[in-house]
Amino acid sequence: MTTPTQRSWKLQPFIKNPTLRWTLWVLTAIYLVLAFGTMEINWDRVAEGVTRSQRFLAAFFPPDFISRWDSIVEGIYESLWMAVTSTVVGILLSIPVGLGAARNLSFRPIYLFCRGILAVSRTFPEVILAIFFVKLFGFGPFAGFMALSIGTIGFYGKLLAEDIEDMDPVQAEAIRATGASWLQWLNYSVQPQVMPRMIGLGMYRLDINFRESAVVGIVGGGGIGATLLTSFDRYEFDSAAAILLVIIGIVMLVEYSSGYIRKKVQ
Amino acid sequence: MPSSEQNGIKSWQLRTRPEQLLRWFFWLIGIAIFLFCWRLISEKTIWMFVEDSPRQAIDMAERMVPPKWEYMGKLWIPVWDTINIATLGTMLAILIAIPIAFCAARNTSPSLTFVRPIALFIIVSSRSINSLIWALMLVTLIGPGVFAGVIAIGLRSIGFCAKLLYEAIEEIDPNQVEAIEATGASKAQKLSYGIVPQIMPAFAGISVFRWDINIRESTVLGLVGAGGIGLQLDSSISTLAWTQVSLILIVILGTVVVSEWVSAKIRHAII
Repeated sequence: MTTPTQRSWKLQPFIKNPTLRWTLWVLTAIYLVLAFGTMEINWDRVAEGVTRSQRFLAAFFPPDFISRWDSIVEGIYESLWMAVTSTVVGILLSIPVGLGAARNLSFRPIYLFCRGILAVSRTFPEVILAIFFVKLFGFGPFAGFMALSIGTIGFYGKLLAEDIEDMDPVQAEAIRATGASWLQWLNYSVQPQVMPRMIGLGMYRLDINFRESAVVGIVGGGGIGATLLTSFDRYEFDSAAAILLVIIGIVMLVEYSSGYIRKKVQ
Repeated sequence: MPSSEQNGIKSWQLRTRPEQLLRWFFWLIGIAIFLFCWRLISEKTIWMFVEDSPRQAIDMAERMVPPKWEYMGKLWIPVWDTINIATLGTMLAILIAIPIAFCAARNTSPSLTFVRPIALFIIVSSRSINSLIWALMLVTLIGPGVFAGVIAIGLRSIGFCAKLLYEAIEEIDPNQVEAIEATGASKAQKLSYGIVPQIMPAFAGISVFRWDINIRESTVLGLVGAGGIGLQLDSSISTLAWTQVSLILIVILGTVVVSEWVSAKIRHAII
């Protein structure tokens, strides 16, 4: 028997290669120095902001639900309509794109074309899309609806395509072996396999669209965002606080109910 | 197996009749809701503008080409600012999200009745307010500029990072923690030897994922004055300099594609 030696154990670091680990640390340090060096922070203004924030927060409290209640309700309704219609239209439009962007379903040129559509519509945030649609369609919920629909295509089409690519090919082959036409094949083999997850994602997207509809209003796309911006511009911070609380409340409600539906479906 | 009989021929069906009727009923309700919402939006739309829009779109597209490439010289700094907003904002968010996640996870929370609901409320409220709205508030508070953008992105990302992180903490293997506990480890030791190594891969993945999203979000913060390339976009649009707008859009597209590629590479290397 050997005598036990005095050895101590050390926790293994997350990145095992020491050279890589230290290089990453050094690069991070250099980046931070550069980033903070080029960032213009007006500390006087920030310090002023700290004292100002007390007044600002005081202006937020108590939230004033009453004096602008009518416009809050109108804005919320508009946001909800926008969220519902844009989710439905976006999903309808994203189905053909998603089918085209699934590698196991389509031909190479169509695949590349549909992937291109998805990439472009996913890149630009809904707000940028909304700016252009406001220019095209004029102020109001229609521009916001269009922006959210396009955003939905990018999100939903990509996930649909990935889900179709991951499906079980055996079932698809079995249906094809019965002599089903292309549409029947889609309806009986592909659709049942992707449906449960897709319903869940649709609910999730509804949730996102409601949240985003609060922002497209800032650039003129209608909805609760427009009401919020108005109350900020008028320095009615107590109304703004009320609007924010209403948004948080509805988002929580939508999130819980969409989570409930997703659990039921899956 | 559900089937129907017609003229003596039995044919297979996917669903029984009540099931099918129930489904149609749900579809009917869904379509009714959609049409109702659509009508209300349609009432607020000036359809004359919409009919005119294809012509407007072509007109706008014509003004956008060719992109004004010389303008690129003025865009490098905004692009750098945009990346900084996203990166520093993500770092800030992670720093704040870690303690919140530990408070929100059922197995590490110091108090389930008191601390956990507060942590969950912080998570939900940070998630439900968009970064643009945070930026709107912060610009009035601390003035326009990159700093407001960093804080806005940070506040917005806390909820996302903390939510995913606390879910990862709740999913850890309790045996390992128990093994550490059995050696007589203190609470802090249990945390750093039992829990942290298990959530490290998830943690790194979440940070990179959020960074990627934040690059996209920080491109628009300039619209409310919070720095980054959005400032240039806003001023180009309001001065109707469409050739600059198209260049900015190309730059945004490029930045987002590159960041997506980087984040995919890193996540691939971790997992």
